[in-house]
Amino acid sequence: MTFDLDTRLAGPLADPAGEAGHTDAPPRMGFFTDTSVCIGCKACEVACKEWNAVPAASTGEQSTGPGDLSGMSYDNTVGLGGSTWRHVAFVEQTGPPPVDLGMPSVPQGADEGDREMRWLMASDVCKHCTHAACLDVCPTGSLFRTEFGTVVVQEDICNGCGYCVPACPYGVIDIRPEDGRAWKCTLCYDRLGAGQEPACAKACPTDSIQYGPLDELRATAATRLADLHDRGMEKAQLYGHDANDGVGGDGAFFLLLDRPEVYGLPPDPIVTTRDLPEMWKHAALTAAGVVVAVAAAFIGGRR
Amino acid sequence: MAECHPVGFQWVMEAKKRGATIIHVDPRFTRTSAVADVHVPLRAGSDIAFLGGLIRHVLDNDLWFRDYVIAYTNAPMILREDFRDTEDLDGLFSGFHEDTRHYDPSSWQYEGADVAAAAGQRDQWSTMTADEQIGSRGEKARRASDTDRGEQAGSGGSPFHGTPERDDTLQHPRCVFQVLKRHFARYTPDKVADICGISEAQFLQVADALTSNSGRERTSAFVYAVGWTHHTVGVQYIRSAAILQLLLGNIGRPGGGIMALRGHASIQGSTDIPTLFNILPGYLPMPHAHEHLDLESYISADAGTKGYWGNMDAYAISLLKSWWGDAATAETGYCFDYLPRLTSGHSNYDTVLKQVEGGSEGYFVVGENPAVGTANAKMNRMGLANLKWLVVRDLQMIESATFWQNSPEIESGELRTRDIGTEVFFLPAAAHTEKDGSFTNTQRMLQWHHKAVDPAGDQRSELWFYYHLGRIIRDKLAGSTDPRDRPLLDLTWDYPTTTSPGRPDIAEPDAEAVLAEINGTGPDGPLSSYTELKADGSTRCGCWIYCGAYADGTNQPARRKPGSEQSWVAPEWGWAWPANRRILYNRASADPDGKPWSDRKAYVWWDSEHERWTGHDVPDFQPTKSPTYRPAADAQREDAIGGNEAFIMQADGRAWLHVPAGLTDGPLPAHYEPAESPVPNMLYGQQANPARQVYPHRLNRLSPSGREPGAEIFPYVFTTYRLTEHHTAGGMSRWLPYLSELQPEFFCEVSPALAAERALTHLGWATIITPRGVIEARVLVTERMRPIRVGGRTLHQIGLPYHWGANGLSTGDSANELLPITLDPNVHIQPTKAASCDIRPGRRPTGAARNALVAEYQRRAGITDETGTTAVTGHPGDSRSNGKAGS
Repeated sequence: MTFDLDTRLAGPLADPAGEAGHTDAPPRMGFFTDTSVCIGCKACEVACKEWNAVPAASTGEQSTGPGDLSGMSYDNTVGLGGSTWRHVAFVEQTGPPPVDLGMPSVPQGADEGDREMRWLMASDVCKHCTHAACLDVCPTGSLFRTEFGTVVVQEDICNGCGYCVPACPYGVIDIRPEDGRAWKCTLCYDRLGAGQEPACAKACPTDSIQYGPLDELRATAATRLADLHDRGMEKAQLYGHDANDGVGGDGAFFLLLDRPEVYGLPPDPIVTTRDLPEMWKHAALTAAGVVVAVAAAFIGGRR
Repeated sequence: MAECHPVGFQWVMEAKKRGATIIHVDPRFTRTSAVADVHVPLRAGSDIAFLGGLIRHVLDNDLWFRDYVIAYTNAPMILREDFRDTEDLDGLFSGFHEDTRHYDPSSWQYEGADVAAAAGQRDQWSTMTADEQIGSRGEKARRASDTDRGEQAGSGGSPFHGTPERDDTLQHPRCVFQVLKRHFARYTPDKVADICGISEAQFLQVADALTSNSGRERTSAFVYAVGWTHHTVGVQYIRSAAILQLLLGNIGRPGGGIMALRGHASIQGSTDIPTLFNILPGYLPMPHAHEHLDLESYISADAGTKGYWGNMDAYAISLLKSWWGDAATAETGYCFDYLPRLTSGHSNYDTVLKQVEGGSEGYFVVGENPAVGTANAKMNRMGLANLKWLVVRDLQMIESATFWQNSPEIESGELRTRDIGTEVFFLPAAAHTEKDGSFTNTQRMLQWHHKAVDPAGDQRSELWFYYHLGRIIRDKLAGSTDPRDRPLLDLTWDYPTTTSPGRPDIAEPDAEAVLAEINGTGPDGPLSSYTELKADGSTRCGCWIYCGAYADGTNQPARRKPGSEQSWVAPEWGWAWPANRRILYNRASADPDGKPWSDRKAYVWWDSEHERWTGHDVPDFQPTKSPTYRPAADAQREDAIGGNEAFIMQADGRAWLHVPAGLTDGPLPAHYEPAESPVPNMLYGQQANPARQVYPHRLNRLSPSGREPGAEIFPYVFTTYRLTEHHTAGGMSRWLPYLSELQPEFFCEVSPALAAERALTHLGWATIITPRGVIEARVLVTERMRPIRVGGRTLHQIGLPYHWGANGLSTGDSANELLPITLDPNVHIQPTKAASCDIRPGRRPTGAARNALVAEYQRRAGITDETGTTAVTGHPGDSRSNGKAGS
């Protein structure tokens, strides 16, 4: 296996599993989350917690009482974290109606001044990046690339150093305060090995969450996007599908009905380790410069 | 539907993907609205106006399916001369008795014939005629009493005396079609817009979408849930949809129909094999103490008449044989005397009232949580506190089991624990995953579920509980010579039990043996169809419509053949009653000659070569009855149904646009305001359903409505509902951490405009008051709630999810504290979807001040026990007194 520094940390990479040393790896598997058919039922959140035995975040003994109600529409999970590996965002949008959304709306009621509104729902998850900074910075080897091309953290190895947390360009992986270790979506690695789809995809009633070989999902997504564009939903866009983006494309990508920022997603994520080679080059140059300077000083001193 | 039936909603999304237009008509902008093509945010409680407007649109613009309507509906039938419509009587139909608040339906009948209903109040008419025949004045007076009417629900006989006159040109001024046209003439788009708080354009958008997608080539389906049924005119909501769908030819055809989404996993099953007081399995009516002295009088109204209900004797006798086995013989009247009898209304709310007044000793609460989950929760708790004993079987320690300890009445000092004499027995129940059994879904489809894990601890299945309870009682009665013990001792109570390796201590009855009993047996073993049932005592069947679920001794509901391995109708996935038919009345998918209305919508049809009905589904028709068959004048039962008559359960073989018998509140739907409404009725002088059941009581006071003084004290409309994250009154969700964290506490939803008007702040507290009670809720200010314009003024609506109570992980006040007990007279359902209230910022008072605030509001609005209970509120005049048929 060749080691190509140019694609090691950024840019398109055809076979992350192979690059990680897996031989005879199955095709890269991933999620396509089509938010245009998400009904916000949160079955993905519950199925994920049930299957992975993730603790409830905000009730029971840790409950802080009424403060639990977030006030963010019907979203009381608020975001991904150590104990939330799937998170459904609810975005209430009001404003002047764009040209035929093709989407539901509260049309002009009998009241003056009514504005069109829509309610966007989207299930977020770890992106299983082609270039996963969390994995690259992990000093213990707890985070690793699986044969399916996904990124998994092993709880029995993680020492809770937390380097991975700021490394993630999406803010996904996090420390669970109760045990001090880092946790995130495993894309149900244990289910994949048994030929099962991940729990969230299995539970999703409308197939908003689709699991499969990434190549097939990308083709499905392209067709779906074209279909939505044909129906006049011009703002519909894919997110995380592009191998040329800042993380080399995501293993879990999305069809959004609006800009990523609307859903709380970074518009242009860049793997935080992308510039490491450059940085090391600069560091090496600097070091070399110091060596030369010092050497020069000694050489000069002999004179 | 996405909100409460997310799993079923996958098929709506599938349809949308294939190009279907999804229209969502709901006061709230819900998760369904979010993915629908059109959302119509109409005012809560105004749906009949909306549907009536659509009916008028279809009639006025000649958009109805002429051939279908003339052939398969009662549009051509001519009504009696003395029928008076709401058009004539300012919102009343003829026959209303103001003193007893009920209708005499005789003037609603066809000219030249008297017909009884195939469903609903089926004995309404036969009783009247019987009374007249016997001349029993006392009987007639008794029927007229307020509590007694409408107690016999279910379907049943179809006495059909005479031949109704009809006009197939639909020109006769008294034919149903013309009556319908006149009745809905005033439901104009501008009126609809004004009443519903929507724009005319929006109404017309829906009208166009619906009518352009109906006809020979296309069909449209309606899906509803309790947003339509939980009103004092709930049955008439569904009737409105039925009229519309019949006019458009959308019944009995693929892609059509009206689908009732049920509130729980097997509510359909619990009406088929009822947990209701007024029907027996298979919609046989519960016998009445005075009218049905023997089996003969019970079935006499039905035997030997037209349609399949003519075989009611076979269904009823097979049921009695199933229950009492060898003791049920012709000589003993098949033990008909063993059946309990109705003496008056015994509905849920009648029972609650009896409890409050001290006329009820014991109570079983199973899978319900009336202390927080039923309208007028306080009245329910006061009833529970006035019992001798109470059995609660549930998964969790719900509020109905702890009311004596931590109810609002204990907190306010109104009740003291030491004064409550109710002995509470809490028995933990097994979940569906811990037992075998079946669910019957909204498509009438039975699906078997197998036990996944053994129940833990003391948890037991319902089957275990009732089997062993019956067994122990029978053991205690063994040897008794008291005749009153015979019904128990003669019961067939012989279900085999098994134990599992994990729980050798639990003798679990075999659920499949129960299915076999329900299916029934004949001399040759398991029956395969209800057509095999006999009235001679040779067959047993626990529920005639389920006959065939265990055909060939095989558990048919357990079939799970994937859709990809069978036809698109998927007949081998589960089992649907009756006879595994997936669409009822599917004869209507073909024209009178037996040909599909169109190739695109072909479903079942007459194969003239082989002389039988065939198609994708099991034909809902006698398989070899030719479309050209015409019954002889003296033909009976199914033989009296012509080969061109699609609605084989009906006494006249036709679907009813106008209902000549069977309803207690009118033969046609009319828009009435909710029992409590700040809005005057803009269509009629009659404000609310005149026949609604009222329960005047100090604990059940109502607010003034419309133009009545005091109505302004409760200026807002509130509507209660469920969220995806929780289940009904919370017993299955509020104790689960994974669900509770998703919706951690009770909240109300208000618009920014209402928040501004009443100084409510996002995430702050609000206090909501009605004449029944006061609750507090966190405030969610959202643009999804919008003020609407109704009758020229701005109206605010408040949304209240009703899942909460004091126990569990996710807690809060119960929205049911606010709701009144005022019922639909046909089915005795409470109005949870629209009532009036006030809202103000801040938390509610506690202790004695809580009741004092409610009393203060009552005083300000001038409320007495009688407020809001007046039957007739129309403008007095000659026309009204004319309407009192029989007076």
